[in-house]
Amino acid sequence: MIHRSDISQAIGFLLLGACIAFALFFLGTILYFILVRGAPAISWEFLTSEPRRAMTQGGVAPAIVGTFYLTVGAVFFSLPLGLACAIYLCEYSPKTVLVNIIRLSINNLAGVPSIVFGLFGFAVFVKAFGFGVSILSGSLTLGIMALPGIISASQEAILAVPQSHKEASLALGATHWQTIAKVILPSAFPGILTGVILNIGRVAGETAPILFTAATFYTRGYPDSVFSEVMALPYHIYALMTEGTRPEIQTQIAYGCSLILLGLVLAISALAIILRERQRRIHGS
Amino acid sequence: MDRDVKISARNVNFYYGKTQALKDISIDIFQKKVTALIGPSGCGKSTFIRLLNRMNDLIPGARVEGRILMDGADINHPKTDVVSLRRKVGMVFQNPNPFPKSIFDNLAYGLRIGGVRDRGFIERKVVDSLKKAALYEDVKDRLHDSALMLSGGQQQRLCIARCLVVEPEVILFDEPAASLDPISTRKIEELVLELKEEYTIVIVTHNMQQAARVSDYTAFMYLGRLIEYGDTERIFTVPREKMTEEYLSGRFG
Repeated sequence: MIHRSDISQAIGFLLLGACIAFALFFLGTILYFILVRGAPAISWEFLTSEPRRAMTQGGVAPAIVGTFYLTVGAVFFSLPLGLACAIYLCEYSPKTVLVNIIRLSINNLAGVPSIVFGLFGFAVFVKAFGFGVSILSGSLTLGIMALPGIISASQEAILAVPQSHKEASLALGATHWQTIAKVILPSAFPGILTGVILNIGRVAGETAPILFTAATFYTRGYPDSVFSEVMALPYHIYALMTEGTRPEIQTQIAYGCSLILLGLVLAISALAIILRERQRRIHGS
Repeated sequence: MDRDVKISARNVNFYYGKTQALKDISIDIFQKKVTALIGPSGCGKSTFIRLLNRMNDLIPGARVEGRILMDGADINHPKTDVVSLRRKVGMVFQNPNPFPKSIFDNLAYGLRIGGVRDRGFIERKVVDSLKKAALYEDVKDRLHDSALMLSGGQQQRLCIARCLVVEPEVILFDEPAASLDPISTRKIEELVLELKEEYTIVIVTHNMQQAARVSDYTAFMYLGRLIEYGDTERIFTVPREKMTEEYLSGRFG
């Protein structure tokens, strides 16, 4: 005998399955497309040498290196700042209207378009602070863009630590700070790490924030200080597709760059997952 | 019979915001004895013991009136160092709450935060405390495994051991066996009886038989008031208050 509830359950599962299949289909198509178009461009020379002949030959190594510097720089700025903000908001801030406004602002910051961050970075870091178009300005801009996500993820991870662990620590005579440093943060660490890496992965592929703050079309050689302009993969793709005289060759290189960028972001996410699992095993939860 | 007063509360009122949770509590808690607090849910017994190590400080809007003296010193005095108070007054919670660390690190924690660096000393204290908490035989081969691998009863004994490491004078038990099976419960009770040789113990319990089995003194609380307090045997055989008698005979609660 078939009940109505069985039928509605079957329909529900079918709909959910269809939605998942649909989403996976597009994801698969994008990956396939980039792989097929990009793979022919990839070679050892492409990964390790500098561009030649107005970017129609040679490799994209300076752009890979530039993206690496910008990403590491962004982590360097946003991790300590974001973590400090999250700790303050979760553990120290009084429950006042002002603090609620701060919380709300952080959430809203996550919705600001990336080009606006780019303009902000240009006005503040490049001009007002006088850092010029440089790795430093670009890293700061990317770092600020990753900040809201890092703060939210860290807050969630901190609040997920059971109150009972906190009480156990305080009851043993630990200070509030010892409790944060030795009980709360170690437990929250996997969550914080995942949040940081996912947000950094997201901004690593951004073009707009580095457009006016760090990126350049072409540099001779590699950057030698934090005040150097750099080539970066996302901007390089943009430049290849909008400038130059040999569109058909440049498009191929752009796909190659896309594949590298995609691989980079996926590798960063994979790193997040591996680190998180290792931490979970150590903490046994 | 020595009846040194360890903690003495005088006219203690306690408020969560505008709600008054404790009303005019005065009680003497005796050194190296077990004092049980019984009473129906919400009567304020957990609130009261959480005043003794100032765990209620964590609650926003909480306010305490009256005086609580330990060894004659006011524990709520502005000059009282809450960290050293909590080292003297250990606490075991209702649900076992080991840290997600190894068994060894759980115990070493209290020493390390106190600034102890000597590894040999830490190891000796850890082993001693595990033995006192009757857990050493169960875990001696896996001190560096996660504490979360232990059973509920073992976890609770670990929490007791963790509390012993810092050499408290008083141990507060907040319904320590509420989430445990009967065998684990009996082990905890046996442990309480052994520990009173060295420590002053206050135990909150829902279980009247448990209070009768482990305690020297029993306090019956109801709706934030201390109704009756005295020798456990006397309270359970000839309660003076009608309300105590009714509660003990199961007529309400």
